[in-house]
Amino acid sequence: MLIGKTDRVEFCGTMKYSVEINGAKRTVDIDGETPLLWVLRDTLDLKGTKFGCGAAQCGACTVHMNGHPIRACQTPIASVGDARITTIEAIGDSKVGKHVQEAWIELDVPQCGYCQAGQIMSATALLTRNPAPTDHDINVAMSGNVCRCATYTRIRAAIKHAAKAGSI
Amino acid sequence: MLARRNFLKVSLAAGGGMLLTATLPAAAKAATLGKAGTDAVALNAYLQIAPDGLITITAKNPEVGQGVKMMLPMLIAEELDADWSKVQIAQADLDARYPGQVAGGSTATPLNWLPMRQVGAAGRQMLIAAAAAQWGVPAAECETAPGVVLHKATGQSLSFGALATQAASMPVPDVKTLKLKDPKTFRIIGQPTRNLEVPRIVTGQPMFGIDVSVPGMLYAVFQKCDVHGGKLVRSNVADIRKLPGVRAAFEVKGGTDLRGLLDGVAVVADNWWQANRARQQLDIIWDEGNVAGQSSHDFAATAIRMSKGRPESILRRDGNPDAAFGKAAHVLEAAYSYPFLSHTNLEPQNCTAHVKDGQVEIWAPTQNPAPGAALVSSTLGVPPTAIKVHMVRAGGGFGRRLSNDYMVEAAWISKVAGAPVKLLWTREDDMRHDMYRPGGFHFFKAGVDANGQLIAFRDHFVTYSQDGAIAASADMSPAEFPARMVEHLEFGVSMIPLRAPTGPMRAPRSNAFGFAFQSFLDELAHASGVDPVQFAHNILGAPRLLPDPPMPRQGPGFDTGRMRGVIDLVAEKSGWGKQTFPHGTGMGLAYYFSHLGYFAEVVQATVNATGEITVDKVWVAGDIGSQIINPLNAENQAQGSALDGISQALGQALTIDGGRIVEGNFDSVLPLRMRQAPPVEVHFLVSDHPPTGLGEPALPPALPALANAIFAATGKRIRSLPFKDHDLSAAA
Repeated sequence: MLIGKTDRVEFCGTMKYSVEINGAKRTVDIDGETPLLWVLRDTLDLKGTKFGCGAAQCGACTVHMNGHPIRACQTPIASVGDARITTIEAIGDSKVGKHVQEAWIELDVPQCGYCQAGQIMSATALLTRNPAPTDHDINVAMSGNVCRCATYTRIRAAIKHAAKAGSI
Repeated sequence: MLARRNFLKVSLAAGGGMLLTATLPAAAKAATLGKAGTDAVALNAYLQIAPDGLITITAKNPEVGQGVKMMLPMLIAEELDADWSKVQIAQADLDARYPGQVAGGSTATPLNWLPMRQVGAAGRQMLIAAAAAQWGVPAAECETAPGVVLHKATGQSLSFGALATQAASMPVPDVKTLKLKDPKTFRIIGQPTRNLEVPRIVTGQPMFGIDVSVPGMLYAVFQKCDVHGGKLVRSNVADIRKLPGVRAAFEVKGGTDLRGLLDGVAVVADNWWQANRARQQLDIIWDEGNVAGQSSHDFAATAIRMSKGRPESILRRDGNPDAAFGKAAHVLEAAYSYPFLSHTNLEPQNCTAHVKDGQVEIWAPTQNPAPGAALVSSTLGVPPTAIKVHMVRAGGGFGRRLSNDYMVEAAWISKVAGAPVKLLWTREDDMRHDMYRPGGFHFFKAGVDANGQLIAFRDHFVTYSQDGAIAASADMSPAEFPARMVEHLEFGVSMIPLRAPTGPMRAPRSNAFGFAFQSFLDELAHASGVDPVQFAHNILGAPRLLPDPPMPRQGPGFDTGRMRGVIDLVAEKSGWGKQTFPHGTGMGLAYYFSHLGYFAEVVQATVNATGEITVDKVWVAGDIGSQIINPLNAENQAQGSALDGISQALGQALTIDGGRIVEGNFDSVLPLRMRQAPPVEVHFLVSDHPPTGLGEPALPPALPALANAIFAATGKRIRSLPFKDHDLSAAA
């Protein structure tokens, strides 16, 4: 039996892309279809952003584009343009991001920890636009991020903890 | 310069107890040093103390999210009387000095509870001996406070850091002379203790297998046949070599061991995305072999056919169940089933390997490095002494990483490519090339007498065989509950031949049997008009210890009193029987003993008019012995285990069709998400038994407790997983 891969892809060759990552301009010479995830991890050596599904199903690769959470595995580098990209490595530079990281430490949220960068990116985006989220708000904002260890109880508590820290 | 001649080794013999030798081999000495600053002194294979008092404790086991990298050092630090704020933790490599470097079976606590404390106590005794020698006082007059040795009579004190060098030259104490602390005086064990890794996790530091980077490293993908064990006939691999970024592409001829190196095509490139993109251009002709009957649909039909005949073998028979059914006041028959499951570690399988000049260096997120090294040794034909395995934090284990197929693939690809290689699977690779939790079918019949006592029970268990023998983790113990609680009982087994590889998944066997047996027992309780808590009491009877039957997984037996203890505790905490719920809301109870832990759980669930299930709350009660070592992690593990069970119950199943797994990603295998996750309240019943593990035993009761809650809410009994396949709209 022949198992062919029918969805042939175009190989366009490489191009130079200048993108703003964590406040710094970075230039990469790469195929424009390369997802931001792999540019971050393999080209720029920013390995905090994780690969989990490659299909925007798990949220492990969540980064911020102009402050909004996006899935880096579905974001071709050519589409980034002038947008500001922020990753887990720099999210602590913002006051909200710092509070979120501290809450995660305080409540000892992680088990394996693999999803938590993505969780923190989604939580920080939530708290930045909504400093006092309800349980429903948390459900809506966080349900794109899978925690295989199911630390959801503590993620929810940590978001509320960070919200409280932010209100002081 | 501190003397390093007098290294002492206090390590553990494989069967427990301590192995004491006076010197470390030169190579091991080098491995011990270098992590805690150049002037740190090793007291033994686990302990280094620097002059400034910084203590580095080596955690010997693989960390996969269970918290063992904290737990083992806490045991050592407690008996050392360390100042925990001065402790840092190092991860051991695979190293012959350390026994039992495996993450599996919730065994780390029971196996290490005593020996790790002895390691710490030996270190403490050597520090005391050093201080006593300096002061010229009897060691017996000295004591310790966190990080210091004291001689109260003369008011002298010396820090551990100041004593370390001299302590290392003190005789290693005989294990029989070690004095362990009275648990009442524990300062570290039993304290909610934050995981020292979390600051690195929340700032995105590279620490997982997928994050490993070595100089000159290339990136690899490996395409195998989606029919497990299919053989490669030919491919267009020559075309793949011309694609952008590709450094190497080659066919691999593997063996027949589904847990070893299999046939496939490797693509190696400058970055992973290029490798995977090039792979999408592969055309491969496979010889899939015979896949007749290898589909979930066929398995179900075969199981039903088998259920109508006698079992192929009898696992256990007590009394005469057939005669006893005739005397029962209530007789019930029901068929239960559950599907194959993938472990779905969020970090897909990966491994970095560098094969050079006959030496193999491996960085692996594995639960079980020693068999991995053996597999690499036999497959590549290199001696075990030429293989170095670094254990890297794994993004989830759940039993998947007890197998080391990704390790041997990475090593082979590195060898052929002639470069260090990081192999990374896609999610689809991961789901389609797992060692699956085997599905199964239970055809039950049981009888309850007029007093609400279970008197007769029969299970015809239809499971799977592989190459003529029972498939891995597809077997059942003759002591499976409620065996030994019922006068007339028969467990029969029939087997369906299976090609897909199976293996342990978190709480293996128990994760499936819990659902089937505990749901059916709940059916029996309701059919008999007996409250499920009372029905459990009736089955368990008087508190007593039932020894396990002789078999490989033998433990200390089953204590009916401990089981009843957690049932009563969870009933109390959940307010069982004290509330009246509207139609559509209900509570379910389930209880299960696995991995030496006794757990009972209550789930409250609501089913709305559209049939949507909301899990309102979960109560967990567990008895894992006399000591909760780290309550902060224990709660997290118990919550996660219960929700893992809920996740499986609600949304997870694999379908086999034509010998291949149909599902490939989280759009079809649905993991639990935040919006579905209920609060989980955890209670531990501290009992006078040795502490046991917590990676697994809180999982099994969660699934049946939810199924039983749905029955209580709606009157609808769910007898197959997952629940997403059931339409509950008419029931609510």
